[in-house]
Amino acid sequence: METAVQQLQGVPINHYLIFCGLIFAIGVIGVLIRRNVIIMMMSIELMLNAVNLLLAAFSVHHGDASGQVFVFFIMALAAAEVAVGLAIIIMVYRNTKSIDIESLHKLRW
Amino acid sequence: MHDLIWLIPLLPLIGFVINGIGRQVLSKSLVGFIGSGTVFISFLLSCTLFVSIYEARALGETGRISQHIFDWIKIGNLEVSLSFLVDPLSAIMLLVVTGIGFLIHIYSIGYMQHDGGFAKYFAYLNLFIFFMLILVMGSNYLVMFIGWEGVGLCSYLLIGFWYKNSDYGAAAKKAFVMNRIGDLGFLIAIFFILNTFGSLEFSTVFQSAKSFPVGDVTILTITLLLFVAATGKSAQIPLFTWLPDAMAGPTPVSALIHAATMVTAGIYMIARSNILFVLSPLTLQIIAIIGVCTALFAAATALTQNDIKKVLAYSTVSQLGYMFLGLGVGAFTGAFFHVLTHAFFKALLFLGAGSVIHGMSDEQDMRKMGGLKKALPITYMTMLIGTIAISGIPPFAGFFSKDEILAHAFAANPVYWVLGFIGALMTSFYMFRLIYLTFFGSFRGTEEQKHHLHESPKSMTLPLIVLAVLSIFGGTLNLPEALGGQAWLATFLSPVFADGASLQHMHTITHSTEYMLMGVSVVGVLVMAFVAYNKYVKQGSVPEHDQVSRTGLAKLSYHKFYVDEIYELLIIKPINWLSVFLARIVDSLGIDGLVNGIGKSSFMTGKGVRLLQSGNVGFYLLLMVVGAIAIFLYGLLSF
Repeated sequence: METAVQQLQGVPINHYLIFCGLIFAIGVIGVLIRRNVIIMMMSIELMLNAVNLLLAAFSVHHGDASGQVFVFFIMALAAAEVAVGLAIIIMVYRNTKSIDIESLHKLRW
Repeated sequence: MHDLIWLIPLLPLIGFVINGIGRQVLSKSLVGFIGSGTVFISFLLSCTLFVSIYEARALGETGRISQHIFDWIKIGNLEVSLSFLVDPLSAIMLLVVTGIGFLIHIYSIGYMQHDGGFAKYFAYLNLFIFFMLILVMGSNYLVMFIGWEGVGLCSYLLIGFWYKNSDYGAAAKKAFVMNRIGDLGFLIAIFFILNTFGSLEFSTVFQSAKSFPVGDVTILTITLLLFVAATGKSAQIPLFTWLPDAMAGPTPVSALIHAATMVTAGIYMIARSNILFVLSPLTLQIIAIIGVCTALFAAATALTQNDIKKVLAYSTVSQLGYMFLGLGVGAFTGAFFHVLTHAFFKALLFLGAGSVIHGMSDEQDMRKMGGLKKALPITYMTMLIGTIAISGIPPFAGFFSKDEILAHAFAANPVYWVLGFIGALMTSFYMFRLIYLTFFGSFRGTEEQKHHLHESPKSMTLPLIVLAVLSIFGGTLNLPEALGGQAWLATFLSPVFADGASLQHMHTITHSTEYMLMGVSVVGVLVMAFVAYNKYVKQGSVPEHDQVSRTGLAKLSYHKFYVDEIYELLIIKPINWLSVFLARIVDSLGIDGLVNGIGKSSFMTGKGVRLLQSGNVGFYLLLMVVGAIAIFLYGLLSF
C-alpha cells in the first residue's frame, strides 16, 4: 500500500515543470494579446495559479512543507489583487465607457 | 630719523587719497597745497636721509639704511618682505624724484589752473610719485616690480588725462601695452632669480652672484630679460615708439614722467643689478649697441620734427640711448651722472616748452612760433641754458656727464665714440634749431595768438629758474680727474658698484686722449650750433608744411623712419588676423559648436527616446516581459 506522498512522487517532477511552464506561458501570452481587461485579469490569475501548482509540486518532491505555506500566501495575495484590480477596472469603465485596454492611450508623447 | 623712511612714500599716497576722494569738493588752492606739500615733506625727509648717508660715506662706511616693514609672502621656502633700502644710489634718486617732482607740482598749479580735472590731475601725480618712490626704495625685486608696474599705470592715466580725445586714449594704451611687454621680461627674470638664488632680496642675490663665473648662462638669461624690461620702460629700440606719442599728455607730465623719472627706472634697475650685468659681458655689449643705435636713430628723427614736444620726446629717447651706452661700456657712474644732469635739463626744457605752449594759447607747432624772445624772456633764458646744457657745451652740466660716457665708450671701442659723437652733433643741431625757430626771427602765428602772448606766472617760471641753476652747476657733482676734479659722485657711489668693479676689465684712456676727445666734441657741437644759426636765423628758413613732399633722408626722418608703420605691418596686423581667426573660427565654430553640439545631441536623443512613450499599455507590458526575460537570462548566463 503506497502513501499519498509516495503516489504523488510517482509523477516525475519534469512533468510538473513543463506543465506549469506551459500554463504560465499561456497566461503571459494572454496578458499581452488580449484587449479585454477582464480577460487580462484572468490571464494574470492563470499565471499565479501555475506558479502555485509548481510550488506545491516542489514541496512534495523535496518533502519540505514551506512550499505549501508559500502557496497560501500567494492565494491571499491573488485575492486581494483581484479585488483591487476589479475596482480599478470599474473606475476606468466609468471614465472611458470601455473595457478595452486601447482606450487608455492619453499618456502619449 | 631712520625709522621714518616709510613716511617718504606714504605722504604722496595720502595726498593721492585726499585729492582723489575730495576732487569735487576741495578748492583748487587746497588741492595744489596738499599735492605739492606732501611731496615737499617727502623731499625734506629725503634730504635728511641723504645727509646721514653723506656723513656715513665721509666716514668710509657703505652708507646703507634699510627698514623692514612687514613679512609679506611666506610660503615654504619663498620669503619676500616689504622692506626699503636707502643707499647712496637710491638716496640720490630720492632727491631727484621728490625734488624735481616738487618743482613740477608747483609748475602744474600754474599750468593746469584752468583745467576742470585739476584735483584728479594732482591725485594722479601724487600716485605716480608714490609708485616711483616704491620703485626706488624697494630692497627686493618684487617691491621694485610693484613700483615698476605702478608707474606704468600712472603713465597711462596721465597720458590719457584728457580722455575725451580718443587719440590721446590710444596713445595712453600704446604706452601701457609697450610697458607691459617689458614687464613680462621683468616678471620672467624674477622667476629665474628666485629659482637660481632662492631669494629676491638685493643683498642676498648680489652676494650669491659673486660666486658665479663670468658668462654663466643663467645670469645671461636673467640680464637679457631685465634688459628687455628696461627697453620697455626706458624707451629703447624696439619698444620706444610710445614715448613720442606720450606727448599727448599735459606738458608737466611729460617733464616728470617721460624725462626725469619713470624713463630712468630702467637705468636705475640695471645700475642696481650691476653685479649681474658685469657677469654677462654679452648682455653689456647688446646694451651698448642698442643704446648707441637708439641714440642715433632718435636724434635723426628729431632733426625734422615740427612739434616742439615731439623734438623733446625724441631727444629724451636719444639721451636715454646715451645712458644705456654708458651702462653697456661699464661706466655705471657715468650713466647715472647723465641720468641726473638729464633730469635737470630735460625737465627744464619740457617745462619751458610748456611755458611757450601756454603763452601761445596751446599752439605746439614751431612753424607758427618765432620771435618769442621779447615776450617770454625768462622762458627764453632758461630754455637757452637747457639747450646749451643738453648740447654738451662746457661748463654746463651736460658736457661733463656726456663726455664721461663718451670717454668710456672710446676706451671700450672707438666706434662707439664715433657714433656717439655723431649723435651729439645731431643733438646740438636739433636743439638749437628748436631755440631759433621758437624764439628768434619774426612771429609767424595768428593775430589772436600774438594778442594773448604773455610770460607765464611765477608758479611756472620759478621752477624753470631753479632747474636752470641746477643745469648750470650740476656738472660739479662729478668733475673728472682729467680736469682737476674730485669725481665726487663716483666716490659716493663706489660701494654700490664695488662688486661689479672688481670683476670688470676697465680700459682707461690717458688724460691727453681725453682732452682731445673733449676738444673735438666741444668744437663739433659749437659748429653745429652755428650751422643751425645760419640756417634758421641768418637765412630765416622755416620748415615746410605737412603736405609738401620731401625726399630721401629728410623724408625718412620726417616720417619717423616709418617705425610705427612697420610695427603695424609686422606685428599688429598678424595679431589682428590671429585674433579674428580665434574669434570667428575657433571660438564661434569650434567651441560654441562643441557646446551647442552637446546640447543639440541631448535634444536629439530625447526626441528619439520619447517615442517609447506611446501611451499603449500593451506595448508597455511587452517591454516589461522582454526586460524580465533579459534580466533572467543575464542572471542565468553569468553563472
